[in-house]
Amino acid sequence: MEKKAIATRNGFGEEMILLGAENKNIFIVDADIGKSCRTDGFTKAHPAQHINVGIAEQNAAGVAAGMATTGKIPFVVTYAVFGSLRMCEMIRQEIAYPRLNVKIACSHGGFTPANDGASHQAIEDMGVMRTIPNMTVIMPADYWAARKLTRAIAEYDGPAFIRFTRDAIPVIYDENTEFTIGKAHIAREGSDIAIIANGDMVCYGLDAAKKLEAEGISAKVVDMHTIKPLDVDVVKDCIEKIGKIITIEDHNIINGLGSAVCEVVAEAGKGKVKRFGIQDQFGESAPYHRLLEKNGITVDAIVAAAKNFR
Amino acid sequence: MKKKSVEELKEIAKDLRKKVVTMIYEAQSGHPGGSLSAADFVTACYFREMNVDPKNPKWEDRDRFVLSKGHVCPIQYAALGTLGFFPAEKLHTLRQEGSPLQGHPNHHCPGIDIPTGSLGQGFACAVGMAIGLKSDNKAARVFTVLGDGECQEGEVWEAAATANKYQLDNLIAFVDVNNLQIDGTTDEVMPNLDLGEKFRAFGWEIYNIDGNDMAQIVRTLDTIKMHSHDHKPKCIIGQTTKGKGVSYMENVGSWHGVAPNKEEYEQAMKDLEEGF
Repeated sequence: MEKKAIATRNGFGEEMILLGAENKNIFIVDADIGKSCRTDGFTKAHPAQHINVGIAEQNAAGVAAGMATTGKIPFVVTYAVFGSLRMCEMIRQEIAYPRLNVKIACSHGGFTPANDGASHQAIEDMGVMRTIPNMTVIMPADYWAARKLTRAIAEYDGPAFIRFTRDAIPVIYDENTEFTIGKAHIAREGSDIAIIANGDMVCYGLDAAKKLEAEGISAKVVDMHTIKPLDVDVVKDCIEKIGKIITIEDHNIINGLGSAVCEVVAEAGKGKVKRFGIQDQFGESAPYHRLLEKNGITVDAIVAAAKNFR
Repeated sequence: MKKKSVEELKEIAKDLRKKVVTMIYEAQSGHPGGSLSAADFVTACYFREMNVDPKNPKWEDRDRFVLSKGHVCPIQYAALGTLGFFPAEKLHTLRQEGSPLQGHPNHHCPGIDIPTGSLGQGFACAVGMAIGLKSDNKAARVFTVLGDGECQEGEVWEAAATANKYQLDNLIAFVDVNNLQIDGTTDEVMPNLDLGEKFRAFGWEIYNIDGNDMAQIVRTLDTIKMHSHDHKPKCIIGQTTKGKGVSYMENVGSWHGVAPNKEEYEQAMKDLEEGF
């Protein structure tokens, strides 16, 4: 039976409608791309809790910061490329530095705005956000994770960046799966190799694990939805018990999930890592899977790397 | 409490200017020029116009003050320290390690709600505060001070448009037009053209005044208060003199961000006390 597929941005939009009803201090600050970021339902349900500043992302960040000082919990919503880079210094100065309760909730993370080309593809966003003190950085792996983690950041008092994606992806969790900020979710147990992934790439990890199982290799799959604060304990556990780690991310190979894992491995002084990610190059207009292929990210390549891991 | 008169406010402004020069002299670092040009408006806000409680800086219904041109924070610190937001002795710790009186304003200083200093950003935050207060039907208002050089930042105009859209009649901006910025006059570096007309085109109510004339400032703030429910944000274009009150600093751009030496300090205190 084919798995159900829903985009993570849809999970975000649906959960926000519920949150807006439960807490009248929750606001959305849009910058003219509400429909494609799935805030239109919230806007309709809670018009008094919706601000649209137009095509002015820098201002959106500043306005949200000011609102937070009056007790509001604003979610600034845009595409990941703008929500991290266009707004970067405003996030640093007015949100992260004073540790204000503002959420940057972005759709179209990674290569997922595939046919839009390099201008709209966010390949540096999580790395840039990870570098800013006080910031929490999250990427959910399916519809349910998106809903649960949206709720988790709404309840968390502090700045957070959460990255959703455009395309429908398989629903791998259910309503009862629990997610905690900063705590990795073990998507599959295994003992021969550890695959640590986030977002849409968790499915790639699970598919690779299935193929590996057929060849007698037991792969653990870790959904590292929070890359900051990183679940260091889980990475250390992978190092101690397995020693061989593969990371997969739809993000530049520099300063994302793979880098964060390598920092732990390097300081542990043992364990080996093979990273899958964007090879420090811009994308182009092309089908999503082609963009990943061009960067060596395919299930078969992950399987081969696991088999040939030394 | 009885409202302070124009004469009383002038005396307070003189005292705050002396504190500004003293702080920067002691720190041997800071921005005197713009602190002195903005001094009169800052004085009128804190000592006459705003509802604030120095003993309860986070009082929910307080008026907000955002110094968007954050580098002139010595004048805000002088006002806050004089009012008792923190012990006045702290004024001697400007820019020192561990002091709440950082080189640019930040949230650790009692009376300051949000860090500023990266130009253009404080103004957008002030707009957000006004939106937040309005959505709660609070009577509190938001006062913000921008530099004329700062108005070269694009974010200022994004925020100005937002203030119009959300009809922020609880927002009062003062543009400290001293015509000087680091690399030269504003006309040389990047002509602002008519700032008042620009704000008017963005839907704001405009008041063109002499920004160093306390009587005009007070009169303007009184007028603005009478129009608190007209759905329009207010902008005071204040023509000012950079370095106002210190003979050798007035209209001299190089006094933007340097501290006086001992001799200059003594001269400045004399100029401020006796006039020149």
